[in-house]
Amino acid sequence: MSDPIISFQAVSKRFGQVTAVDNTSFDIQRGEFFSLLGPSGCGKTTLLRMVAGFEVPSAGEIMIDGQPMSATPPNHRPVNMVFQNYAIFPHLNVRNNIAFGMRKAGLTRAELDKRIDEALELIKLPGYGSRGADELSGGQRQRVALARALIKQPKVLLLDEPLGALDKKLREQMQIELRQLQQQIGITFLFVTHDQEEALTLSDRIAVMSEGAVMEIASPGQLYESPGSPFVADFIGSMNFFEGEILSSTDSAITVQTSALGTVNVTDSDAQMTAGQKAWVAIRPEKMQPVFSDPGERANTTSGTMGPSAYLGDRSHFYVHLPQREDPVLVALQNLERSMAQLHKPNQPVWLQWASDAVVVLPRD
Amino acid sequence: MNANRPWWRPDGFAVYAVIYLTFIYLPVLFLPLFSFNKSKYIAFPLKGFTLQWYEKMINTPDLLEALMNSVKVGVAVAVLSTMFGLLAAKAVTRYRIPGQGPVMGFIMVPLVIPGIILAIALLILITQLDIPLSLWTVGFAHMLLCTPFAMLVLISRMEGFDKSLEEAALDLGESAWMTFWRVTFPIVLPGIIASLLLTFTISFDEFVLAFFLTSTDPTLPIYIWSSLRFPTKIPPVLALGATIFVLSFVVVSFAEWIRRRGVKLESSSGI
Repeated sequence: MSDPIISFQAVSKRFGQVTAVDNTSFDIQRGEFFSLLGPSGCGKTTLLRMVAGFEVPSAGEIMIDGQPMSATPPNHRPVNMVFQNYAIFPHLNVRNNIAFGMRKAGLTRAELDKRIDEALELIKLPGYGSRGADELSGGQRQRVALARALIKQPKVLLLDEPLGALDKKLREQMQIELRQLQQQIGITFLFVTHDQEEALTLSDRIAVMSEGAVMEIASPGQLYESPGSPFVADFIGSMNFFEGEILSSTDSAITVQTSALGTVNVTDSDAQMTAGQKAWVAIRPEKMQPVFSDPGERANTTSGTMGPSAYLGDRSHFYVHLPQREDPVLVALQNLERSMAQLHKPNQPVWLQWASDAVVVLPRD
Repeated sequence: MNANRPWWRPDGFAVYAVIYLTFIYLPVLFLPLFSFNKSKYIAFPLKGFTLQWYEKMINTPDLLEALMNSVKVGVAVAVLSTMFGLLAAKAVTRYRIPGQGPVMGFIMVPLVIPGIILAIALLILITQLDIPLSLWTVGFAHMLLCTPFAMLVLISRMEGFDKSLEEAALDLGESAWMTFWRVTFPIVLPGIIASLLLTFTISFDEFVLAFFLTSTDPTLPIYIWSSLRFPTKIPPVLALGATIFVLSFVVVSFAEWIRRRGVKLESSSGI
């Protein structure tokens, strides 16, 4: 892991008074599908555009394959980009769009034709070469933009929210295709998105960004199951937070005293905590199991009353009011049976249970 | 529009439209009509069909020379002012230039200064600088007048297209210069053609500046104006007028066809 394809070294970007990217350092490994995830204005697109060369860092250095890039203009960088709106050249047909960057490749006409046919094959649009740019659907434009960039065989493919303009079904299909394509050709993908589900689906690793800074870099599973900070825990998916204080902490188990849940036992936690420290106990909505009859006195259980609920098709969300807590707790449940009527009765008593390894403990200041 | 109304019972708007078109085009149509009339006086009744005025037009060297002067100046002005307009439009739409507002204002000023004022000012300046009056001075004045028009046409065209197309070309390995020729230019081309036609037309029939700033080489409008004093010189001018009318009709139709193609291209660049 000592030979990254991209290395951000203390990179900052300021636009006048606004700091878009603030002193950021991290590495992207060869062959990774790496996502920059964050709300709009967090600096993820600026970071991507600095890799492409459209923006110049105010400070720091970006290395691509070991080479510093500050003095290299966009047309000489070994990276190519798929633009948010695809930027398909309107005056060229599909073939000429794909061939656009190959002018200086030194290929014969026949070699180039072969490469273009291969590219059309790769994006599953064979026979579309003579179509005009205005004869393509959104998904097809996206594929042409991909082919146009990939035919250049870049060291890194940059993707700026490329699925944002597609409808949900097509987007999900393209996500799978993108992932397969990336594994097939083995090029590093640097992907910018504000859609966390998309980032979780596609990425090997995700950098969660906020206000110009990288908050955490981890695999999708790690980000979701063991987030490193309350911010990331809150930003990725939904999370119920409970205030508490550490009672005891050993290598194998942590015990936390909370006002809302009583004593909570936590196992399988990476958190380094000491007794007496303030902490958050965080539990995902789907990791709380509702029970509608009194399970009796047992650990990792609490009781409350049923609040409002929402039916989402594949699952239901409902809120549970706990006596010691002002905000209701969000619980998500798979709709395993067609009739889930008992979930939707407000004010009935309900007990929530959770496993001790489903709980995340985070420091609280 | 009421689709059920028969054509012989038009509504008020149709009548208005017909009258409007008649007022615009009837006088213009007299030009070709009298250019084929046997009499050398422009008056009804018509005396019979002839092509002699066209023949005489071809055999009038002064007239043809004036025409050529106008074409020379017009072409040069069209090309140069469109070139300047394109550079300015690119600068204005793609970069943030300090003092952009005032600079744009100054460039646009000739649009609103009365031609006669501009003409006098330029005449004073040029004679003060001891520059001899010629077609060069006319061309220079016409460029001053035409560049803002070219800029207006081209800025609206440049604003209409997506900046990321140029970034995509850079990203795909082209230099800024080749990006211009392979992406910007073809997409802006309909605007460039519109600008060439517009500026040529403005220069071609401009009278005041040409009248003040030319010496012995008249442009066509000035030749026509001076011919009005000699009735015999008028019929060939009518023949020329009719010819130009037909030619410009063809050119404008062609330009409109190009423009529509451009609009089609533009609408396809959306997602």
